[in-house]
Amino acid sequence: MRAFFCATEARADKLTRWLVTAPPVLFLVVFFVLPALIMAAASLREPGPFGGLAPLAAQGLTLDAYRFVGEDPIYAWILAKSLLVAGLTTLLCLLLAYPLALLISLSPRRRRDFMVLLVILPFASNFLIRIYAWIMILGPLDLLYRSGAVVLGLVYVHLPFMILPLYTNLEKHDPALLEAAQDLGAGAWTRFRRVTWPLSLPGVLSGSALVFIPVLGMFAVPELLGGTGDILIGNLIKEQFLDNRDWPLGATLSLALTAAVLGVAALSAAAARRRRRP
Amino acid sequence: MALLELRNITRRFGKLEAVSNVTLDIAAGEFFTLLGPSGCGKTTILRMIAGFDAPDAGSIALDGRPLAGIAPEKRPVHTVFQSYALFPHLTVAGNIAFPLEMAGRTRDEIRRRVGDTLALVHLEDKGDAYPHELSGGQKQRVALARGLVNRPRLLLLDEPLGALDAKLRERMQGELIALQREVGVTFVFVTHAQQEALALSHRIAVMNAGRIEQVDVPEVLYSAPRNRFVADFIGTINLVEVSVTATAPDRLELAAAGLGALTTAPVADAAPGTRGALALRPEHVRIGRAGAPATLKNRVEGTVAEYLFLGDVTVYKVRLADGSRFEALETNAGAGRAQFHAIGERVTLQWRHDAGVFLRD
Repeated sequence: MRAFFCATEARADKLTRWLVTAPPVLFLVVFFVLPALIMAAASLREPGPFGGLAPLAAQGLTLDAYRFVGEDPIYAWILAKSLLVAGLTTLLCLLLAYPLALLISLSPRRRRDFMVLLVILPFASNFLIRIYAWIMILGPLDLLYRSGAVVLGLVYVHLPFMILPLYTNLEKHDPALLEAAQDLGAGAWTRFRRVTWPLSLPGVLSGSALVFIPVLGMFAVPELLGGTGDILIGNLIKEQFLDNRDWPLGATLSLALTAAVLGVAALSAAAARRRRRP
Repeated sequence: MALLELRNITRRFGKLEAVSNVTLDIAAGEFFTLLGPSGCGKTTILRMIAGFDAPDAGSIALDGRPLAGIAPEKRPVHTVFQSYALFPHLTVAGNIAFPLEMAGRTRDEIRRRVGDTLALVHLEDKGDAYPHELSGGQKQRVALARGLVNRPRLLLLDEPLGALDAKLRERMQGELIALQREVGVTFVFVTHAQQEALALSHRIAVMNAGRIEQVDVPEVLYSAPRNRFVADFIGTINLVEVSVTATAPDRLELAAAGLGALTTAPVADAAPGTRGALALRPEHVRIGRAGAPATLKNRVEGTVAEYLFLGDVTVYKVRLADGSRFEALETNAGAGRAQFHAIGERVTLQWRHDAGVFLRD
């Protein structure tokens, strides 16, 4: 009798777990796994004469796109440069956003909401218009069409995505912890290094992910603010699909980008794990 | 010379005077308690000693050196916070090592002292646990260990037992006394729980509305409160409005409206006509059936309004002729079933001629 109840209980438990996990799993399958598979399939096809893909029956499968990417070092170089630019953008965003998020979280509660509103206010106008505004600022200063302008634009666009998760994290910190640290002999810098910073790492990580990953795929900012030498992997992929009409090559580059992002994510997860158990 | 000297400390928050002209001396090795209702200024005093707040007037000196202008992190004073404030990202050992690291101790010394301190608070096997894995009592012990490990001159404890349930609180009180005796660090303890203060402290300062009402050892505070506030705040007490009718070297004759003549222990310069209150502890009042032979000097009659059977003792609330209520406490030490007085029963209350304290208005 008892075993029977235990069995039904276990089954109910399993059902609940399924009901809870099914929606996100379904979401990931439909919006991530399936598109990635379609991309993978497209990367193995021949390009169609006017864009798209050549009929499968006529041309069959080929590794041409991979061979092409592998043979020309320019692709690896642009991917590496994109990772570098994304990393630099993330770092600059972090350096700018951290003090600001800290300032907001330490402000009186009434003023905080207003400050957060100011952070997200730029979203009220169109992203392209804001980039064009930068062209008007940078143009007369003769700073346009350089790598610096690209990084500036990328930092400008993505700064709120760093500030918001950092603020959400910092705002939850218990002020008693800083008081305890001070009481036990920690000066201002040590309090930041030993208490605030380690406790804010989840916010740093999610903010970095929210900046790093979109920047890797970004093509509008380099196209508008950068010079000919400033194209990133995002521009390259866009070109294959819209200008060169070589979908298989675009799909291959896109897969390489996905692999790079997953690789960085795996590295940072491993770093986080190692830090937890020194 | 006292270890800690507070001289005429005053602290204002806007119009409110949170601490008014407080002067205190705390000796080395003492377990000193600031006792008072919430908002009486006791925590403000603690924060001024720790350095998180500064007095508007007056001075604080530790070992004879003024503390004004010295940052909290530079004071040899550590605090055990009410919320414990354990670092959630550090293990128990990491939390306890924190003050040692701040003091720049060597790695070997840190390891040894963390181990010793873990043993002191009976948490030898919890060094690698994180605070969220601990029970309330264990967190409390880690907070204590962290405060004590670097042997501060002074350990401040801000209602540290407030978050624990009654049973655990009682056990931690015992551990706290043993711990303080063992390490010899001076404790300044803040609480609003008078029983806790009586049980733990060497000396207690009773505070009310920013002022110190009385500083004494627990026994004196309990048996000889200086005014109505202290009498009422510490333990349970019967307060009878009286005026002095006559004085003698060994007693004070009083008249209480509606209760007649009463006698109590003498106090200095209480001239006839002085008005005040007679403060009498329930355990000094003997309860018996109405008309029982008079064996003690003071005697009033009343009716049992209600009683609380508490196991070891029974508390009777008796309505007197003048409508006031009186509490009497009877121990249940007699053989067999304790003798009860039922609700509505007529009873006689008696007490010794020298029981009770006359409190001048």
